[in-house]
Amino acid sequence: MSLMRLAFLSLLNRRVTALLTAAAIALSTCLLLGVETVRTGAKASFADTVSGTDLIVGARSGSVQLLLYSVFRIGDATANLTWESYEEIAARPEVDWIVPLSLGDSHRGFRVLGTTGEYFERYRYRGGRPLGFAAGAPFDDLFDAVIGAEVAETLGYVLGDEIVVAHGLASFSEHGDKPFRVAGILERTGTPVDRTVHVSLRAIEAIHVDWTRGAQAPEGARVSADEVRAMDLRPQAITAALVGVKSRLQIFGLQRWINEYPQEPLLAVLPGVALQELWAIVGVAETALVAVSGMVVATALIGLAAMVFAGLDARRREMAILRAVGARPSTILGLLVLEATMLSLAGALAGLGLLYALLLIARPWIDSAWGLWLPVSAPGARELALLAAVAAAGALAGLPPAIRAWRMSLADGMTIRT
Amino acid sequence: MAPALRLEGVRYAWGAGNRAPESVSGAGNRAPGSVSGAKSRARGGFALEVDALEIARGERVFLHGPSGSGKSTLLALICGVAAPQAGRVEVEGEALSALSPARRDRFRAERIGVVFQMFNLLPYASALDNILLPLRFAPARRARVGRGARAEALRLAQALGLPEALVLRAPAAELSVGQQQRVAVARALIGGPGLIVADEPTSALDVAAQGAFLELMFAQAESAGATVLMVSHDPALAARFDRSVALTQIARTSREAAA
Ligand SMILES: Nc1ncnc2c1ncn2[C@@H]1O[C@H](COP(=O)(O)OP(=O)(O)O)[C@@H](O)[C@H]1O
Ligand SMILES: [Mg+2]
Repeated sequence: MSLMRLAFLSLLNRRVTALLTAAAIALSTCLLLGVETVRTGAKASFADTVSGTDLIVGARSGSVQLLLYSVFRIGDATANLTWESYEEIAARPEVDWIVPLSLGDSHRGFRVLGTTGEYFERYRYRGGRPLGFAAGAPFDDLFDAVIGAEVAETLGYVLGDEIVVAHGLASFSEHGDKPFRVAGILERTGTPVDRTVHVSLRAIEAIHVDWTRGAQAPEGARVSADEVRAMDLRPQAITAALVGVKSRLQIFGLQRWINEYPQEPLLAVLPGVALQELWAIVGVAETALVAVSGMVVATALIGLAAMVFAGLDARRREMAILRAVGARPSTILGLLVLEATMLSLAGALAGLGLLYALLLIARPWIDSAWGLWLPVSAPGARELALLAAVAAAGALAGLPPAIRAWRMSLADGMTIRT
Repeated sequence: MAPALRLEGVRYAWGAGNRAPESVSGAGNRAPGSVSGAKSRARGGFALEVDALEIARGERVFLHGPSGSGKSTLLALICGVAAPQAGRVEVEGEALSALSPARRDRFRAERIGVVFQMFNLLPYASALDNILLPLRFAPARRARVGRGARAEALRLAQALGLPEALVLRAPAAELSVGQQQRVAVARALIGGPGLIVADEPTSALDVAAQGAFLELMFAQAESAGATVLMVSHDPALAARFDRSVALTQIARTSREAAA
């Protein structure tokens, strides 16, 4: 009978306590792995959102701030970028494509983005996938709108529905005189695009022609929706621009040129670099989260040690028998460490299984609640290393009671004490 | 041929006791000098002295003495679980007192079969697993039974009157005390160790079962050519043995030699 089998049978004999202990280890391992998955999943999803863009350009502020408001629609721009600057950048020889972004208005809680049709061609998510239309097409008419999947779902919009854009992000003044029409509905992307109403840059200009300082002109001085079509709707300023360069080698040159632009203070950032900065900022919270889940695993392992300790007195007879048939005290030590290791490994594996089950069940819900599509893939080196670490820590937790048993078997010899 | 057992000028005391010789031999196990239990649990510092005891091979010896007189202590010395502070313990010509604790454990595994009064078996393993248990720690015994370990275990069990179904499947805890004792004998005998040491193996049995148990044990020990040393507080069993020894005749004990 191998030592492994002996340990297994002994655990089986105490299956209730053993199972409870393993369950605690499983839950804590699941939590630890879950935090890891969400952490890496969130990072990957953020990175996916900016895939394909070489530079983000805006008025000079912080690079994280620029990234957050331009791509993730979090927070607001403090200043704009003039149309002249935009056109000058667009004319640079390094620039392959450029897409303007104009933010500031909203529709029933969703942000309205003014841009050009090129946005739908250039935007890339999840490792280079282009946007797809679930229905309709990019905007054609001045008052056409293209809505994200979540906007359509939440508000129940179909093609042809009328949309009224509100001025600002949380205000009661609406651009009611110039309604839009839903011309296209995008496929779900798991990015902020899902929660955005897209209109043309000219339309943004059009609904604001008769507004000054956040208020519309009095009744008589207003411009009607039909009159506006005839006007020159070139914007004065935009919020930001996404830029693609012809060659990756030119990114830094163009970035320097923009950052040193003499006419107005501008900022160009590499999305990846800005993301790194963002992760550095949230790093503390991340570390805290990992530390807490690590602590939970430690607690479960202390429970394991307590279980082995509690069983020692009842198992003195077993130890005397093993000693009588020739087991060395160190064999008894090894046996207890083996038990602890087997139990923690079983717990850790169960935790991994539990995580996969939870991921599969909760994935659609997490996606719709936070736009986070968590990847379900075979456990990688990192997960396996974590599992091994839990098992090793289990062995370590089994060591104190095992040492106690070793001392007991030395003192007791073959004397059976119960 | 060396006798099955020879003790000379052996002196042993629990407590103060097992520190010195263990730390001298050092190899393998560390000295239990740090074992707090040895000192604190030394119940009155029991000490035992045996001037001489010799048992010939194949002999069946009965050693009796009242409870607490030191019989189990003597067996612990013979089995090499405890090492004497002075004197010599030889089993089949091998001087245990010269061996390291680890070598003594190995020697016990290979050459000695032990039967206790009760609770002989790992309760969660089957009788078969219990019978095979010593082979795990004794490569030479394992080699001797070879591939037929299982068959040999079943043969012994059958010879000791244990139903095969019981041996194969039931967890040991479900066996009656008498059956457990017979499983313990099968375990002591498997692989043919030279010396069977039994510590009050019949005390938990009723009188009728005691006789039957001893007959079975003797028959199997004889066919294996093993020497039997059995201790008991019950002198009534003496008649069934080749020789009967009172512990008081061969040993001096004291309780005040406290650590
Ligand atoms: N492992 C041990 N540690 C300390 N003292 C022991 C141990 N085993 C036995 N003793 C002591 O040795 C003395 C003799 O006990 P024992 O040899 O078991 O007697 P018997 O087997 O004749 O009943 C007792 O006083 C007992 O307390
Ligand atoms: Mg005794």
